Amino acid sequence: MNPMGTDGLVIDAVSHDYGGKEVVREVSLRVGPGELVCLLGPSGCGKTTTLRIAAGLEAPRKGRVFLGGGLVSGDGAHVPPEHRNVGFLFQDYALFPHLDVQGNVEFGLDRLARAERRQRAAAVLEQVGMAAYAGAWPHQLSGGQQQRVALARALAPHPRLMLLDEPFSGLDKRLRDQVRDETLHVLKTSGVATLMVTHDPEEAMFMADRIAVMRAGRVVQMGKPAELYSRPVDAFVASTFGEINVLDAQVAAGAVETAVGPFPAPGLSESQAAGVLIRPEGISLTPAADGEAVVLAGHHLGRSSLVHLRVERAGMAPQHLHARLPGSICPAEGARVRLHVDPAQTFVFPAGGEGA
Amino acid sequence: MSGPSSPSLSAKAVSARPPGAGWVVLALALAALVALPVVVVAANLAAPTEGVWSHLAETVLGAYVANSLWLMLGVGLGVSVGGVGTAWLVTMCRFPGSRHLEWALLLPMAMPAYVVAYTYTGVLDYAGPVQSSLRALFGWKSARDYWFPEIRSLGGAIWVMSMVLYPYVYMMARAAFLEQSVCVLEAARTLGRSPWRAFAQVALPLARPAVVAGVALALMETLNDFGTVHYFAVDTFTTGIYRTWLGLGQPAAAAQLGAVLMLFVLSLVLAERMSRGAARFHHTTGRYRRLPQLELRRGKALAALAFSTMPLVLGFLMPGSMLAAWVIQGSALSGLGELAGNSLILAGVAGSIAVAVALPLAYAQRLRPSPLVKACVRFASLGYAVPGSVIAVGIMVPLTAMDRFLGGLFLTGTVVALTYAYLVRFLAVSVNAVESSLGKITPSMEAASRTLGAGLGKTLRRVHIPMMRTSLLSAALLVFVDVMKELPATLLMRPFNFDTLATRTFTLASDERLADAAAPALAIVLAGLLPVMLLSRAIARSRPGGEE
Repeated sequence: MNPMGTDGLVIDAVSHDYGGKEVVREVSLRVGPGELVCLLGPSGCGKTTTLRIAAGLEAPRKGRVFLGGGLVSGDGAHVPPEHRNVGFLFQDYALFPHLDVQGNVEFGLDRLARAERRQRAAAVLEQVGMAAYAGAWPHQLSGGQQQRVALARALAPHPRLMLLDEPFSGLDKRLRDQVRDETLHVLKTSGVATLMVTHDPEEAMFMADRIAVMRAGRVVQMGKPAELYSRPVDAFVASTFGEINVLDAQVAAGAVETAVGPFPAPGLSESQAAGVLIRPEGISLTPAADGEAVVLAGHHLGRSSLVHLRVERAGMAPQHLHARLPGSICPAEGARVRLHVDPAQTFVFPAGGEGA
Repeated sequence: MSGPSSPSLSAKAVSARPPGAGWVVLALALAALVALPVVVVAANLAAPTEGVWSHLAETVLGAYVANSLWLMLGVGLGVSVGGVGTAWLVTMCRFPGSRHLEWALLLPMAMPAYVVAYTYTGVLDYAGPVQSSLRALFGWKSARDYWFPEIRSLGGAIWVMSMVLYPYVYMMARAAFLEQSVCVLEAARTLGRSPWRAFAQVALPLARPAVVAGVALALMETLNDFGTVHYFAVDTFTTGIYRTWLGLGQPAAAAQLGAVLMLFVLSLVLAERMSRGAARFHHTTGRYRRLPQLELRRGKALAALAFSTMPLVLGFLMPGSMLAAWVIQGSALSGLGELAGNSLILAGVAGSIAVAVALPLAYAQRLRPSPLVKACVRFASLGYAVPGSVIAVGIMVPLTAMDRFLGGLFLTGTVVALTYAYLVRFLAVSVNAVESSLGKITPSMEAASRTLGAGLGKTLRRVHIPMMRTSLLSAALLVFVDVMKELPATLLMRPFNFDTLATRTFTLASDERLADAAAPALAIVLAGLLPVMLLSRAIARSRPGGEE
């Protein structure tokens, strides 16, 4: 990788530890101009630390960070956050309580003349739909409004990079969807390179051009959302994007035999223990008196239904599986059904992989 | 540096220096400045003193030690009983007036011990109203006809100090009782304990660390006291330092006495820290559950009321009204305005400086919470435990040397030196306040400010200081009032012919002009009421939902 001459953010083999505890290990990633990249992973996986390193709030122990083609961290140098021109959107918004909305947005604009400052603040507030609230105080705003002001404040100085740390987690579900949608529009309109941290895979897929899945300080896989969904590199990534059925099996003659049938196991050695992961939406059902599964329960969840199944097969322990059916088709409790498993939604990995 | 620098980044922006290094250096320098007098005194332990020390040891040292120890023992006992007793009664029981006593019991804090000592003397001595009425009542002719307790004695000093210092214990014990889980007490009751035995066997042991901390604070004040013991002619370490320095003209020996006293206090601080243990990690939750209060009736209610009003009456109302009576009867004291001006300016300047010094210390600690920075903040706060007379010695020794080097009186006996002493003595007050209010500001505030282009200094100026404005003001106010009351260091270090309210009160009282001393004393008390009001408001606010 040649980081020179690229715009946006380049993180090159960065490691960091707090008091000897390594939280970020050899992380490399790139955010191109206008691109929105999500760091996705469970809490404590190092994603927020990576974000803080990009902002300059932490100086990494190892590795280099480039911003707009210039070195900002590494090789003994460290550009403090105030000289990086990055925008940071915090989980708790961090609006200054002693300044009104206007004052908050103008905080980062003090190099501009007064009139220009006014103009720029008005423009970003307009952009996020908060122009009417310029004179309001942070404590008078709702969570969603605070989030929008924080976004305007971060965007006001024309940052080279936007950093978003779980920016929607403080909002309730209904509001979250709306604010998320608006934020995506604002970010895409302003064309700023954005790195965002989230633990919500659905949110990552909604927002991101590319997603970097992190676990225990490392980037496990990086790619477009569809790529990660359809070609996960391991059980952890596969199970990151939604609940998944896991069946234990053993490799025999290049394949695994499970209660729901055989699957090819390419790249696995003979008689190795394997985990078979089947997405619930990859299972479809047809009623059949001689079907291998019994419906234990079925719940209609709105756009889909979740069916609990017990799969019985001679010579194998009964398995509990979930199937997600589109629409409101929901078989009756106790009905016998036959399963059809979509091989594109089934993954075979060596057993013992974390997250499976 | 191997990577090319972006053109938009100035050369100075790229640095290998860890962030906040400048603040750490500033904090270290300030801590060194503030800790200097303490170090000087400690170093004097080893200095030779041409036989003065052995002379002291042979003559008065025994009395100093004995008196100081008796005083500590007596005051320790007095404040424990008074403080814990009143705290328990107003927190756990309900009787007429108990709600008002919750805050009123803090009032004696506004009274400097020496002022109470003067009023007690005025009330209880031979010519005072009490003995006069007794004589008139029983027809006694002179002091030989009857026995009356002598207030100007060790016992009197213990009494007076207990009456004004018990609020330290009261405050700590009350907070501890409020924090205790109601369930623990109720469990004790269901296990067959009476309310009183539940108190003795459960609540009191749980509150012990807080009580010990309160007693330790009260004892530090006891050792610091100069006005009371001097007036009552009880020779303690503090009066010894004063006399050795000004009377015998032996600053080195005074410094050694100071060093011994400081060791004394530091062992006290250490004992307090050790006993506190896990109590440091206590935190009050936002939720407040009204404690089930024991409803007291008739005899018990009367006894509780009598016990809890006693310190309020004897430590505040009685001395306060005596002062007021003297002021009303007496003629106006000339020069009161100038005295007040001196006190206000000194206290105002010292309060502002104390906050200005506390800010970089607390900020550096927030930016870089390394053991070094933490230790230096603690070290700078040490002065609060060290008696004012000892600090005076620790400042005068190096300043005298410096003046000798410069060839003139530039620093000793100036207002600058005095302000320095106040800073050393009371910095801990402002550091505590700034630390706790800084701790309430979420770290994302400064991260937000810095990503918006403000450096560390600008972040402090534009984000932290405006957010902490109220706390900074109240920190300055606390120091202000402590300086108004301060006596021993002011007496030793004030410029020639310079008087404050406190020193004039002291000299007038020493000349037995008690009525004349009343006006400046009353002014000090009135100023002292301000932080007490702040405190009681904080207490009221700390218990939302408590008012039903």
